[in-house]
Amino acid sequence: MRASFVFSEVLTGLRRNITMTIAMIITTAISLALLGGGLLVVRMIDKTQLLYQDKVEVSVYLTNDVSATDKECVNDPCKALRTSLETDPAVETVVFENRDEAFERFKRIFEAQPELVKLARPEALPASFRVKLVDPDRPEVITQSYGGRAGIDSITDQSEFLDRFFSALNGVRNVVFAVALVMAIAALLLISNTVQLSAFTRRTEVGIMRLVGATRWYTQLPFLLEAMVTGLVGALLAIGLLVLVKVMFLDDVLADPINAGVVRSVDGLDILLVSPWLLLVALGISGLTGYVTLRLYVRT
Amino acid sequence: MIRLEEVSKVYKTSTRPALDSISVEVDKGEFVFLIGPSGSGKSTFLRLLLREEVPSKGRVYVANFDVARMARRRVPRLRQSIGCVFQDFRLLQNKTVHENVAFALEVIGKPRHTIKKVVPEVLELVGLEGKAERMPSELSGGEQQRVAIARAFVNRPLMLLADEPTGNLDPDTSQDIMLLLERINRTGTTVLMATHDHGIVDSMRRRVVELDLGRVVRDDARGVYGVGR
Repeated sequence: MRASFVFSEVLTGLRRNITMTIAMIITTAISLALLGGGLLVVRMIDKTQLLYQDKVEVSVYLTNDVSATDKECVNDPCKALRTSLETDPAVETVVFENRDEAFERFKRIFEAQPELVKLARPEALPASFRVKLVDPDRPEVITQSYGGRAGIDSITDQSEFLDRFFSALNGVRNVVFAVALVMAIAALLLISNTVQLSAFTRRTEVGIMRLVGATRWYTQLPFLLEAMVTGLVGALLAIGLLVLVKVMFLDDVLADPINAGVVRSVDGLDILLVSPWLLLVALGISGLTGYVTLRLYVRT
Repeated sequence: MIRLEEVSKVYKTSTRPALDSISVEVDKGEFVFLIGPSGSGKSTFLRLLLREEVPSKGRVYVANFDVARMARRRVPRLRQSIGCVFQDFRLLQNKTVHENVAFALEVIGKPRHTIKKVVPEVLELVGLEGKAERMPSELSGGEQQRVAIARAFVNRPLMLLADEPTGNLDPDTSQDIMLLLERINRTGTTVLMATHDHGIVDSMRRRVVELDLGRVVRDDARGVYGVGR
């Protein structure tokens, strides 16, 4: 196999159908960028979940008068509740946080917004038990058995909020994948069409090649490589697009929640890890589409 | 070199067979005219030899190939041992004379140094040594056919198939092309030429196989195009 010959054929072919080539590259790039975006969202969800996994707690807020009068939790009903929680087999640890400590934490969380801190008073914050569960996925054991007990104002379950947060992220991921799929179909049809067009414009060459006894590899490889080269260029563009979106847009928009440790950012390493998949998908799909098209539409 | 045994070919679109149980044998180094009116089966005959078609019945042998039954992946080997020339030349218009001839070798994977050596040789053989860098559009019809013959012969095939190679040429130019084909025949290459050209067949006095309605109606060792036609 003469590589230089096949290569020059590929270049001529791409140049000859330049408008189709560009259309093919653009659709491939957008489709792959969306696929990559979806994969990045998946990674972000995974990492954020990891971030929260051992932090999910159930907060048991105490009523106002208990919060005001029993700062060290030495009297009932606070003391009874604490003993009951500490001996509960579903509970791993219990931390009592009184009103002043809650205020300190509040100040720490919102140190970026001093005007909010200025407005807050320790009296507005209830004392609470921060309960970590043996099985973080089953917070209902606490809400059900402690809800309505004397001294308890309310019980909030962080995982409920997290579930909503993650299902929103999952929704984003699904939409991105769906659009990527539609674009991928468009890219597929374009690749198939371009291969046919390319084979048609070069029917004289191909006819002569068959006549003088060129093998099928020689006659068809240029078309196949053409499709794969456009796929490759599309994938590289898609990776560039992802980097661009991260640097110019994502880093800005998510700067606050990232700094606050609420979500994990998408970093360069994520893109680096997703990139090989994009390249592989691009080469695989374009190569396969090209091969099938040649098999179905182009006589050998 | 060529042997057809009771070969029939029926196309799906036609009720009458294109070839109707014909048997023909051509020895190595022969020069054979294949004549007959349009639709007599000449083209089908040539296409069977190249394995562009598979016979409906019968056996086809070319050199050592059992053409009808050979595996598809071996077809390129068969075609590498057959050179082909057509009425419409079939040159690549965007390539020079040299590139057109070299193309036939490039696509079967011949090394570059071989191509560099044999292409000028064959161009000299066909009388185009000064025109290697010309484009086909700058050449006369006869010169273009010479390029096509050079391309067909450059890989030194055992056999040359020519399908009306003089169909687009004036009589004088046709005569030159025939001289060239004769020269190639003298190197030991079997030449099989389908034609309508009375003058050429009559003047060459070579073997003539005449087809009509898919049957061999005449096979003369030193024939003319046809008496009384």
